[in-house]
Amino acid sequence: MKYLEIRNLRKSFGNLTVIKDISLTVEEGQVVAIIGPSGSGKSTLLRCATMLETMDAGELIYLGEYAVRTGPDGKAVYASPKDLKRIQRYYSLVFQDFNLFPHFSVIKNVTDALITIQKMSKEEALAIGRDLLRKMSLSDKENAYPYQLSGGQQQRVSIARALALSPKVLFFDEPTSALDPELTGEILKVIRDLAAERMTMVIVTHEMSFARDVADHVIFMDGGVIVEEGPPEAVINNPQNERTQAFLSRFER
Amino acid sequence: MEWSVMLRELAEGMLTSVEIFTLTLLFSLPLGLLVAFGRMSKNFLLRNIIKIYISIMRGTPLMLQLMVVYFGPYYIFGIRLPQSYRFTAVIISFVINYAAYFAEIYRAGIESIPLGQYEAAKVLGYSNAQTFVRIILPQVIKRILPPVTNEVITLIKDTSLAFVIAVSEMFTQARAIASAQRSVAPYVAAGIFYYIFNYVVAAVMEWFEKKMSYFR
Repeated sequence: MKYLEIRNLRKSFGNLTVIKDISLTVEEGQVVAIIGPSGSGKSTLLRCATMLETMDAGELIYLGEYAVRTGPDGKAVYASPKDLKRIQRYYSLVFQDFNLFPHFSVIKNVTDALITIQKMSKEEALAIGRDLLRKMSLSDKENAYPYQLSGGQQQRVSIARALALSPKVLFFDEPTSALDPELTGEILKVIRDLAAERMTMVIVTHEMSFARDVADHVIFMDGGVIVEEGPPEAVINNPQNERTQAFLSRFER
Repeated sequence: MEWSVMLRELAEGMLTSVEIFTLTLLFSLPLGLLVAFGRMSKNFLLRNIIKIYISIMRGTPLMLQLMVVYFGPYYIFGIRLPQSYRFTAVIISFVINYAAYFAEIYRAGIESIPLGQYEAAKVLGYSNAQTFVRIILPQVIKRILPPVTNEVITLIKDTSLAFVIAVSEMFTQARAIASAQRSVAPYVAAGIFYYIFNYVVAAVMEWFEKKMSYFR
C-alpha cells in the first residue's frame, strides 16, 4: 500500500523557487533516504510533507487520503482543518535539534500528546511511554528533564515522542546533524532497529554509509529537483548523473 | 503625637497601599497578556492602536495619567462622580499603565521561545490554544520572572503616587503627620514600611523563581 504520495510539488519563497517539481511515493515498510547538498530543497520537501510549510502546487496524499489536491487554477488546495487533523496523525517528525519540551520530564514529553490530544488514560499512556523508553534504553531517565541529558539521549527521547503517536510514516530531518560525532552511532542504531521492524521512514541525511545500509530507496536532490533515484547500491555506489557523482565524491565511500 | 498613634495611622495607610498594589496586579497581569496579543496581532489596525496605547502609557508620567483619569470625567464630560471614585481612579490608572509595561515584557518573552517548540507541538497535533497554554506559556513565565519582579517592586513604590489625588495611602498619611508634627520621623517610618513590603515581595518572587528552576 502507498503510505505517502507526493505529486508535482512546487514551493517558492518569494522569488526563490526551492522545489521545482517533485513527485515521490513511499510504500508501506519502505525506508527512503533523501540526500543532496545544502540548499537543494531536502528540508523544505520534508516540511511540506509534514505541513509545516504550505505548498504552492501539487498533491499530498497519505494512505489514499488527500491532504492537498490541485485546484482548478493549478494551485494547491488543502483539505478541511478537520480532515487535516486526522491525516496529520498518519505521520510524525523527528527534528534535527530535537525540540523537546524543556519543562516536561522525559516521560511527560513522550506521553503528554497521548493524554492531552488523544485523550488516552494516564495509565495507558504511561505504559506506552515506558515501553518506548525501554526500547530507547532510557528507562532510568524517565523523570529526568531534557537539559540533564546528552544530545544523543535527547534525540532518542524525541524519537520515542514521535513513535508514541504510532505514526504510519516517520520523517527524520537530519537526525544526527546536531550531535557530536561520537553520539551519532546511537541514533543511527535506533533508526536501523526501526527499519528492521519495517517502520515506514523518510530520512533526510548526510550520513552516506548509513543511507546505503538502511534505505531501500535513495533520492538525490539538487536545485529543487530529483536528480537521481533508485536503490542505494545504484545511486550511492554507482551514480550515473554527473551532479550525483560530484556530490558523492566529497564523501568517503 | 505618640509613636503608637503615628504607627497606627501609617499602618492604615499601608493597608491602602497594599490594596492598590494587589488590585493593580490582579487586573494588570492578565490584561497585559491580552494587550501583548493585540500588539502581536496580524490585524494592522489593532496592532497599531495597541502600539499607540503602549507608547502613551510609557511616554507620559503615571502621576499625570492619574490626574487625567481622576479629573477627566468632570472636566471633559461634566460627569460628577462620587467620592469613592478617587480610589477607583487610582486602580484604573495603575492597571492601564502597568498592563502596558507587562504587555511588552510578555511579548519579549513569547517572541524569545524558539520556533521549533511551535513546530514540534504542531506535528504532535496540539491545537494553537493547547500549544500556547501547555508548551509556550510555562517557558515564557520562567523567562519573564526577573523583569516582572522589577516591575512589581516599582509598583510598590509607585503606589505612593496616589497622594496626588489625596487617596490616603501610606505616603499621604506620612506627609500629613510630618507637616502637623514638624518632624521627619513619619517619613523614616514610612520608608521602613515600604522597605519591608518590598523585601517580602522580593522574597516571594525569589521563591517563585527557584520553583521554576527545575528546567532550563
